[in-house]
Amino acid sequence: MMTLVFEQALNGVQLGVLLFLLAAGLTLVFGIMNFVNLAHGSLYMVGAYFAATFIPWSGSFIVGALLALAATAAVGMALEVLIFRRLYHRDHMDQVLATFGLILFFNELVLMVWGPAGLSIAVPSWLVGQVNIIPGVPYPAYRLAVLVTGLAAAAFLYVLVSRTRTGMRIRAGASDQQMAQALGVDIKLLFTGIVGLGAALAALAGLLAAPLRSVYAGMGEDILVLAFVVVVIGGIGSIRGAFVAALGVGLIDTVGRAFLPRVLDALLSDQIADAVAPALSTTLIYLTMVVVLAIRPRGLFPAPGQ
Amino acid sequence: MTPTTPASRWAIALLIALAAAPVFSALAGQTFYVFLLSKMMILALAGVSLNWILGYGNMPSFGHAGFLGIGAYSVAIMSMRAAEAQGGWLATAFVQLPIATLAAAIAAIIIGAVSLRTRGVYFIMITLAFGQMLFSLGVALEPLGGDDGMTLPMYSTLGPADLSSGPVLYYVVLGLLVLALAGSHRLMQSPFGAVIRGAKSNETRLEALGVPTYRYRLAAFALAGAVCGLAGALLANQGGYVSPALAAWTHSAELVVIVLLGGAGTLFGPLFGALAVVGLEEILSQLTEHWRIIFGPILILVVLANRGGISGLFRARTNV
Amino acid sequence: MNLRGIGILAALAVAALVFWVTGPPNQPDQVRIGFVTTLTTGTGVIGADMRDAFELALDHMGRTMGGLDVSVSYEDDAVDPSIGRQKTERLVQRDKVHFVSGFIWSNVLLASYQAATDNDVFLIGANAGPSQLAGEACNRNFFSTSWQNDQTTMAMGEVLNDQVSTVYVMAPNYAAGRNMIAGVERTFQGEIADKTLTQFPDQLDFAAELANIRAASPEAVWVFYPGNFGTQFFQQYSQAGLLGEIPLYSTFSIDALNLPQIGELVEGTQMTQSWSPDMDNPANQKFVGDFRAKYGRYPSFYAAQAYDAAMLIRSAVEAVEGDLEDLNGLRQALARADFQSVRGKFSFGENHFPIQDFFLREVVRDADGAFTTRIVDVVYSDHVDPYAKDCSMQP
Repeated sequence: MMTLVFEQALNGVQLGVLLFLLAAGLTLVFGIMNFVNLAHGSLYMVGAYFAATFIPWSGSFIVGALLALAATAAVGMALEVLIFRRLYHRDHMDQVLATFGLILFFNELVLMVWGPAGLSIAVPSWLVGQVNIIPGVPYPAYRLAVLVTGLAAAAFLYVLVSRTRTGMRIRAGASDQQMAQALGVDIKLLFTGIVGLGAALAALAGLLAAPLRSVYAGMGEDILVLAFVVVVIGGIGSIRGAFVAALGVGLIDTVGRAFLPRVLDALLSDQIADAVAPALSTTLIYLTMVVVLAIRPRGLFPAPGQ
Repeated sequence: MTPTTPASRWAIALLIALAAAPVFSALAGQTFYVFLLSKMMILALAGVSLNWILGYGNMPSFGHAGFLGIGAYSVAIMSMRAAEAQGGWLATAFVQLPIATLAAAIAAIIIGAVSLRTRGVYFIMITLAFGQMLFSLGVALEPLGGDDGMTLPMYSTLGPADLSSGPVLYYVVLGLLVLALAGSHRLMQSPFGAVIRGAKSNETRLEALGVPTYRYRLAAFALAGAVCGLAGALLANQGGYVSPALAAWTHSAELVVIVLLGGAGTLFGPLFGALAVVGLEEILSQLTEHWRIIFGPILILVVLANRGGISGLFRARTNV
Repeated sequence: MNLRGIGILAALAVAALVFWVTGPPNQPDQVRIGFVTTLTTGTGVIGADMRDAFELALDHMGRTMGGLDVSVSYEDDAVDPSIGRQKTERLVQRDKVHFVSGFIWSNVLLASYQAATDNDVFLIGANAGPSQLAGEACNRNFFSTSWQNDQTTMAMGEVLNDQVSTVYVMAPNYAAGRNMIAGVERTFQGEIADKTLTQFPDQLDFAAELANIRAASPEAVWVFYPGNFGTQFFQQYSQAGLLGEIPLYSTFSIDALNLPQIGELVEGTQMTQSWSPDMDNPANQKFVGDFRAKYGRYPSFYAAQAYDAAMLIRSAVEAVEGDLEDLNGLRQALARADFQSVRGKFSFGENHFPIQDFFLREVVRDADGAFTTRIVDVVYSDHVDPYAKDCSMQP
């Protein structure tokens, strides 16, 4: 039983880091530009489609993945220049409407370009199989790789934002745009770069998830809502909050799905438990969010200035 | 907005045309447009209710379709009971529509009480979460068909007729829509409306004057939920069918599109918005199954143009 | 208020409406068919496959039926019941179609069918087979060229009876998922080790459930994960290293659409179905052969059912010699099902659902190395669905 709990916790963390990669870009853009980007899920999808195209083309998972990251970052920056930057000072609902339009556009575009069948990415041969993390618990090597890559990306982001000159500019841009501009920071370029970074992180999440979840039109929306929940629980604009919330949501979701039915089985009659368990585990995340916001209306780690 | 602005002239002309439409479509032997326009007007009614909170009150709800679901399921449950009793008082629209409205109002008070503690993007997300919870609840409700939903065993009755008849439903919907628009006009002119609109721009000052804005906002949220529930009850009768998909977030997004496309915070915006959304979908989807690749960019262009939606177009033209 | 201005605008708007409602002219010498399916979203591939098969059927009949030209409009339901309903209304009311076919999803079919059947337009369901329409709500204007939802998993229960004594069952938590599980439970006499319902529609990661399966170590696992879900489930089952360890059975989860992606993982797995591309009858040989020649891939069972729907419609139009006003004649001809089905034998029960065989199939490679399925055994012969007895068909 203990090993099962451990394995499920690992599964929860793995889902958590995936959510974090998606949420990080969202929360940066939210926090710094005050921009609600519903189309962030589309970048996740586009990243996965690019990867599914470039990996077989280049013959290497790593090369294909890097190309996909670059291509998605380029798409993100193009969107920033063409659309997003005209909307930073607009009402949130205007931003929602425009980026909802982008979702419709991208979902249809991938159908037209790549066909309705969807694509898949094979697990690279060196990650096929399982690893015995602790004796008797074989864990899929690929999931472990996702976990490690996600944590590495989180560490990279932490160092970038808190320890580098670029990070200083980002933080300056977030707290006082005019001041930052006066100090010679090119705000326009900075913002384009931030969206590009967010897009690359979303693409990373998309292509890491692809061998598990496959690649199809609309895949972004299936996970986008969860990513938003993470951002909101963590506190808009807070990378640290997004990280904590992502792991929390991942754990609650996974552990809820794994153990809730058994707990309810023990407490309730079979039939009622069968009916209640899936519904409750579906809403568990939303309930968590509602409780957090009811107690802390600005999330766990409200960013200063927000 | 007074009835003499260009937008309102167009809107009133549109309403008159809508009143005449079933006659013409019967003459042309085309009852489909009665069905389609009924749906459009029901969405307009839901849009009017969303406009109160989103447009006037700065409460950007992204879970409004949840109330459509509540209204529709209320009718479905009463219709089930009524069918078991083979009719009776529970079958009439005069009972079903008010109860559906009330059910949605109660839900809106509960949801609003929690959600209104938050602002801005947090509010968008918490209302979305509540909408998703209602959707999941519908999927889990096996006695009501789960995600399959259920066919209404009988339609709401209205004296000797019932709402299964296209023209009867049509004029009921049209009447309620006109009432809602008139109510909307009165509401926003009233002191209550002034507080709601004031809370958008200057909440701190209102608080300082001792106005309990939270209570006013909650009342507006409940009212909007209630009227959206009414729209849901009509929608159940229009399709003869309810399913959890009604409460899905994509339908909430559709309502937001209707309000913003028509012009948020304008009296007739939701009417124009619903006509544009239903009309564009109908026309574009006949050109290509990939019609969303055209519709999406249209939404983006409307936002970039920043004219305040369709209502704004009329205003802009008179300024020239 | 400027009354005259409003009057002029109202007149203009009315004129526009009149112009708008004057639909396309009705051509009398034409068989008009509406085909409602899913062409967009992540599952659009199913609708595309059905459309391809329907088009192939039209090619095979020279795009005429009983001497009349055939026009088909394909409509996308986007997996949304209210959109399906709206499209069906438009086909029936405005386009005045004679037949409506398609319908992948139970919820879309249930929301839409009355728009056709209430107006004496025949609805030929080509996939979804909800229990309501097979039982109490059976309808004289509704016919199915697929199956009733329970049947295929009932057959699976019988297969499991022969092979294992305990099974772990798993499906998404929605009506069809719960029906499919109920079908297995109806016939499987061994022990259900555990039953897991996963979240619908947004759960695509099954890590937690797979860990539970490993911990439970049942004799076998049976799943129902249609479309995309299937692709994801089998990939993850394999990555978890369960594939060689615990035998995996499935229903409606492996099809010609996802086999190119997952064939390697699921080679040798068994499933039940009422049709298979290797069925040895002339109609099927022609269908599969020409489908592969035209589109370069194997047809799915969705495609086979759509092809049969077209052939069924033609048989009825020919029986009344193109007199589409003869509704009784058409209805009786449809009920006779006098056409060459790709399933070989085909007949309708009292409830207008097929009485047919169900087979055990397994995934194999064909001579060219492409993945397909072949029949291993007959599980049911001339099987009647369990709801047929609740149907009292109106004349």
